Amino acid sequence: MKKISPRTLQTAIIVLVAVGVVVLALGGYFQTASSWFGGLIVDSQTWISNRYLAMVDFLTFPRDLASLRQRNAELEAEVARLQTQIIELEQQVTETEILSALVDFARANPENTYKAATVIGRDPSPFLNYVIINIGANDGILPGMPVVTQQGLVGQVDAVVGEAARVIMINDPASAVNVRLQKANTEAMLVGSLTGDLSLDMISQDAIIEPGDVILTSGLGGGYPPNILVGQVVSVRKLDYELFQQASVQPVVNFSQVQFVLVITNFKPVDIKPLLPTR
Amino acid sequence: MRMAILLSVPVLGITLVLQTAIAGRIHLLSGTFDLILLVLAAWALQEQVKAAWVWAVLGGLMVGIVSGLPWYVSLFGYLVVVGVGRLLTRRVWQAPLLAMFSITFMGSLIMGTLSLMILRFFGDPLPMGESYSLVILPSILLNLLASIPVFWIVRDMARRLYPAAVEA
Repeated sequence: MKKISPRTLQTAIIVLVAVGVVVLALGGYFQTASSWFGGLIVDSQTWISNRYLAMVDFLTFPRDLASLRQRNAELEAEVARLQTQIIELEQQVTETEILSALVDFARANPENTYKAATVIGRDPSPFLNYVIINIGANDGILPGMPVVTQQGLVGQVDAVVGEAARVIMINDPASAVNVRLQKANTEAMLVGSLTGDLSLDMISQDAIIEPGDVILTSGLGGGYPPNILVGQVVSVRKLDYELFQQASVQPVVNFSQVQFVLVITNFKPVDIKPLLPTR
Repeated sequence: MRMAILLSVPVLGITLVLQTAIAGRIHLLSGTFDLILLVLAAWALQEQVKAAWVWAVLGGLMVGIVSGLPWYVSLFGYLVVVGVGRLLTRRVWQAPLLAMFSITFMGSLIMGTLSLMILRFFGDPLPMGESYSLVILPSILLNLLASIPVFWIVRDMARRLYPAAVEA
């Protein structure tokens, strides 16, 4: 009988054990053990991985913070720039709308020629309701030329220099404009006041005036062209013992918010002072 | 002194632009700031300043050109303000802020009253009571509010312009 060598025996045992392990594994007998072992591996790997990542974070954190801060500053600057851009665009939209309305007004009133201007300032004196516009003698502007917006009458050019002009608004205390009440078809005098409020004076006692009546320039006196919208009657004061009625007026133009105006350049104001009786 | 005179043109020019473009649109009732008055008052109160009168003339003429008021109203008014300021500098120089408040109050009152009188003289229908209650007194209040920052700015400017006088 051939003697089995120890090496062969060892190999056979190993093969048998291996086959046995495989058979047991296939039979599901190692599931608990493999689960425990797998869990141990996964837990160990998780622990090591977490520690590694923590160390990496610890080592690289300051650099990331600096870069994040820089990025944050860049984004904040970008946000600020975009906000500024939004404000500028909104301003441009508003200006475009106003200018578009002015162009529409000029097209709707082709009998006049206009020059558009921007309001760049107000009179330093609080007693005067004047504005300063950015066109002047170099643009053909002359004293006395009427100034309007798309809504209605603003005033009249009072003084001119090369690149600018001063406009007296109709709500100035010294302003007086001859107007016509459209519905009543009667003349009146529109006067300003210290507070900027407008009122009508010299209205005939016979005229029937009601709140809401539209007021237009009459063209009398030669200071303004006729039929420019001024405002509406708000309330009427009629006293039997007075010679004339009076009325308060809601202007169509918001004088404190005027930004752009049109100067009517083809209107030649008439100075009738020499024709007025002196006695 | 020459430097101070040269400086007056840009300083008063910028102040006038700020006045017409911004300060003139800020209202309390019907009153507004008068930045030129405040700058001139603060400048006149600086002890080391020599050219205050020139500043007053220049400021008055600048406002006279821009404003619808007769040119001599602002010229005369600002000269009075500077005159009072120089007088106060000699009397109450130890309390510059008190002097600034005093000159602001008096200067605003003088300028307002002077404007009112001249406009009434030329036929503007300005009622006295309303003019004081709606224009002059609110303007005085606004000017008093703005007087402190304007004073500090002008004082700093004067110290930069006359460093030797400060060191002495």
